[in-house]
Amino acid sequence: MASAAQTLGRYRTAAAVVVGLAVIPLVPGLNSSYVLHMLILMLMWSVIGMAWNLLGGYCGQVSFGHAAFFGLGAYTGGILYYHLGWSAWWGLPVGMVVVALGALGVGYICLRLRGPYFALGTLAMGEVLRVTAENLEWLTEGTRGIMLETRTWVAKEPFYYVILAIAVASFVVLEVMVRSKWGYYFVAIREDQDAAESLGIDTTLYKNIALVVSAVLTGVAGAFYTCYMGYIDPEIVFALHDVSIVAIMVVMVGGVATRWGPLVGAVIMILLSEVVRTLPYIGRAHQTLFGILLIVIIIFLPNGVVGDFRKMMRFFLGRSKPAGAGGV
Amino acid sequence: MVQLEVFLQTLVSGLLLGGLYALIGLGMTLIMGVMKIINLAHGELMMVAMYIAFWLFHLLGMDPYVTLLVTVPALFVLGVFIQKTLISPVLKVDSILPENQVILTVGIGMVLQNLATLFFTSDYRSTPVDYASDAWYLSDWWRSSPIELSFSVPWVVSFGFAVAITAALWWFLQRTDAGKAIRATAQDKDAAILMGVNVERMTVVTFGLGAALVGAAGSLFIPMYYLYPALGGRFTLIAFVITILGGLGSTQGAIIGGLILGVFESMTATYVGMGWAPVGRFLVFVACLIFLPGGVAGLMRRR
Repeated sequence: MASAAQTLGRYRTAAAVVVGLAVIPLVPGLNSSYVLHMLILMLMWSVIGMAWNLLGGYCGQVSFGHAAFFGLGAYTGGILYYHLGWSAWWGLPVGMVVVALGALGVGYICLRLRGPYFALGTLAMGEVLRVTAENLEWLTEGTRGIMLETRTWVAKEPFYYVILAIAVASFVVLEVMVRSKWGYYFVAIREDQDAAESLGIDTTLYKNIALVVSAVLTGVAGAFYTCYMGYIDPEIVFALHDVSIVAIMVVMVGGVATRWGPLVGAVIMILLSEVVRTLPYIGRAHQTLFGILLIVIIIFLPNGVVGDFRKMMRFFLGRSKPAGAGGV
Repeated sequence: MVQLEVFLQTLVSGLLLGGLYALIGLGMTLIMGVMKIINLAHGELMMVAMYIAFWLFHLLGMDPYVTLLVTVPALFVLGVFIQKTLISPVLKVDSILPENQVILTVGIGMVLQNLATLFFTSDYRSTPVDYASDAWYLSDWWRSSPIELSFSVPWVVSFGFAVAITAALWWFLQRTDAGKAIRATAQDKDAAILMGVNVERMTVVTFGLGAALVGAAGSLFIPMYYLYPALGGRFTLIAFVITILGGLGSTQGAIIGGLILGVFESMTATYVGMGWAPVGRFLVFVACLIFLPGGVAGLMRRR
């Protein structure tokens, strides 16, 4: 086993990023509640992105239904609060169990499908849960949603450190999984499921592992969302476009199957949606711009900003400078 | 007796709805069969057609059924345009995830829906035709009928058009050279190329045809349905459920799948509650995936 110092050496960038993020609330000028709100959203989406990346990027099972897990996590906290009077923070641990069970159910139905059919199966699962949450009024309060009367903290800093801790934990979990032999099994399944099967990899088992871990991380993000925003309804947390598709976009923009892709993608997406939202008139067109961005990324940068970084640099530098300078 | 009447009435409206669903499913299954991609902008294309029909009705006073003459060619052109400029470049790009094409159609759908919201607002629109609430009754033809059933005029007319269009498509696919070339491409792309079929062109034509079919469905739905931009997403899901139910890429399957789904939804709405109709739709879907993965087409093949 590598010693602590060696591990730290290997993950110098990661350590620097974590320390950098941890001190931001202490920096005067950066610690406004607006900046912290943005950072909290970025970290939350990077958790969802990392989760999606494990299942979609490494294991090759593209899910269109991560809203199902996000919503399950969010509603676990909300229901514990509303019906039992517990703190909504119990949604984190309890939600992990609930979402894991839900993911096994989804896996039982959807993992027998391959490629695009899996994608659409999960999409249907997300929609089923949304409609169910809308109609099961005795449990979920239907479209009225659940509102927390008081939030745990007024200040943003505690929420920020909680989501930072969740993000770091997710990053570590994914690193450990992807660098272990499981990671190689996942990639083997992505590249050719039949070949992986014939080499003795239990594809059903490993696809289920990827799905459950991915779902649980997404569910934790959902439970955090309930505590942080203080209000949930089915249209918000089970949203197809605003959760499931954004989860895909975060990873597609950042870079599929890359370590930093989800974080980079989340930063870009949140900044972009903020900028777009503040523009007069164009603000309402944010989905058009997102859609166009998605189309452009798929056609020109299919491996995202991180994955196609060299290609992107060549494009921007290669045109303006002579060929020799582009390589630096 | 009343119970039987309710049941039969539900069955009739389910079948009428199912006929239109079949038209939507046919377009999707054609695209899926030939191009092996799932078009998740399918419902949004129908929404575009419905807006075309709505404005023709509103500005020129055209009857919704006459707008078929405009929506079908317009959607064909739109489909060809999308296929040529967006989908075919992506088919050539090399990437880790082959599902990129599906995600691409999601992007197209998002753009279409959002543009519709921008230009036409998210208000509910309708085409108030004067025959909207007319109906034919069973007792009109059969005096001594023990039970009474009503047949809404716009539903029956739309259903008739849907059947006619389906029959025309059938004839096109079975009898014409272009139709045979499309079926050959769906069966085996490489073999079709070797037989001298212009596969590239057939792909473009298929996407246009699929869009045109769902465009026709748009014109046929507009007399009965309220129109708003988010309508498209709902119909994309419906189209997709029908295709899974029918068996991927099978035209007969799509027709039967559409009818089954129509009847099932109408039954759920009557016997369980309006709000649960979408859940019923997905229960059919999940049950189909678990117990009948090949869909109706798989069942027919086994016989």
